[in-house]
Amino acid sequence: MPSWHEIVLSTLKKSDVRLVPYVPDRVFTPLIEALHDDNFFTTFPCTREEEAIGIVTGAWMGGMRAAVLMQTSGFGTIPNALASLAVPCQIPALIFVSERGTLGEFNLGQALVCRTMRPVLDSLAVEHHTITDVNTLAFIVDRAIKQAVAIQQPVTFILSPLLTGGKVFEA
Amino acid sequence: MAGNTTAHNAKVMNRFDLTKRLVAQLKREEAVVGGIGNANFDLWAAGQRPQNFYMLGSMGLAIPIALGVALAQPKRHVFALEGDGSLLMQLGCLATVAMLRPQNLTMVIWDNGVYQITGGQPTASAEAADLVAIARGAGIANSNWAADEADFDALVAASLKGGAPTLIGARIDKGPPAGATERDPVKIRENFMRGLGVRK
Repeated sequence: MPSWHEIVLSTLKKSDVRLVPYVPDRVFTPLIEALHDDNFFTTFPCTREEEAIGIVTGAWMGGMRAAVLMQTSGFGTIPNALASLAVPCQIPALIFVSERGTLGEFNLGQALVCRTMRPVLDSLAVEHHTITDVNTLAFIVDRAIKQAVAIQQPVTFILSPLLTGGKVFEA
Repeated sequence: MAGNTTAHNAKVMNRFDLTKRLVAQLKREEAVVGGIGNANFDLWAAGQRPQNFYMLGSMGLAIPIALGVALAQPKRHVFALEGDGSLLMQLGCLATVAMLRPQNLTMVIWDNGVYQITGGQPTASAEAADLVAIARGAGIANSNWAADEADFDALVAASLKGGAPTLIGARIDKGPPAGATERDPVKIRENFMRGLGVRK
């Protein structure tokens, strides 16, 4: 059985998603390293998550599919970019969030920003999938990308610690 | 000359005049991303080219959007027109541009020292920050203040030859914009994609 990050990478490739800006995350490290190692992808770090949303928007308008990787706290910086750019302009921004703030979080700030994420997405009617099971990962990502492109709306994939293992704190 | 021009001795020019001068040099369906507010209002007023994108929200993201277009279409030259207040909100994007070194991206910064559209409150560039020096420090070596209109024209012409990302700083007056963009995000985005040949 391939690992979660191998499945995400292969599904992005199958979906012709070639551009992947990101803001680094410990849990996403194996995915980020694999993206850097694969010439199919153009991948690079951004200084802020909303910057990455802007880049993804420009790439889509220029004819290139793009995804952005971030962690939960980074999501807290992008509501304006979603509400005033990606959603009203109908941009299928593919947003992958490494979920922190739950299932063993050790930082109260992370736990609180995590509580804001789904209500923000719901308030903007942006579809989001919390993925916990490696067996459904490829299906969800593949179908949700197809839908995002078809209906021209962003989609968010929240990768749960149940899927990735999360960031572990030895209490 | 351009390399010796600093914010202190650059001529104070007019944004709409310079926008018209820039657009007049575009002969190859170059893309232009107009930042929030007066930057895109004057771009609109200069003539509604199909390759123009007018950013209605998301303050600070004109350069990242232009960078995305430049990466998706490396054979097309892409301009970002951004105000001083907007750039100050998203300075990190300069470092990202410098890291990626797109050969087809020109960033034009309109610096009037105020947040003009919100009532003329001062920006940090009015007192201390030199945005061209910041861009050079971020790694965009080809960053210059335009000394005057002729120098602006020459810097735009040089940037169109490509080869490295370019930033052009222009000190501008506090004159009002020459028009106001029609605020229809879907229409703007769809027209832009057709202008870029992505949609038929």
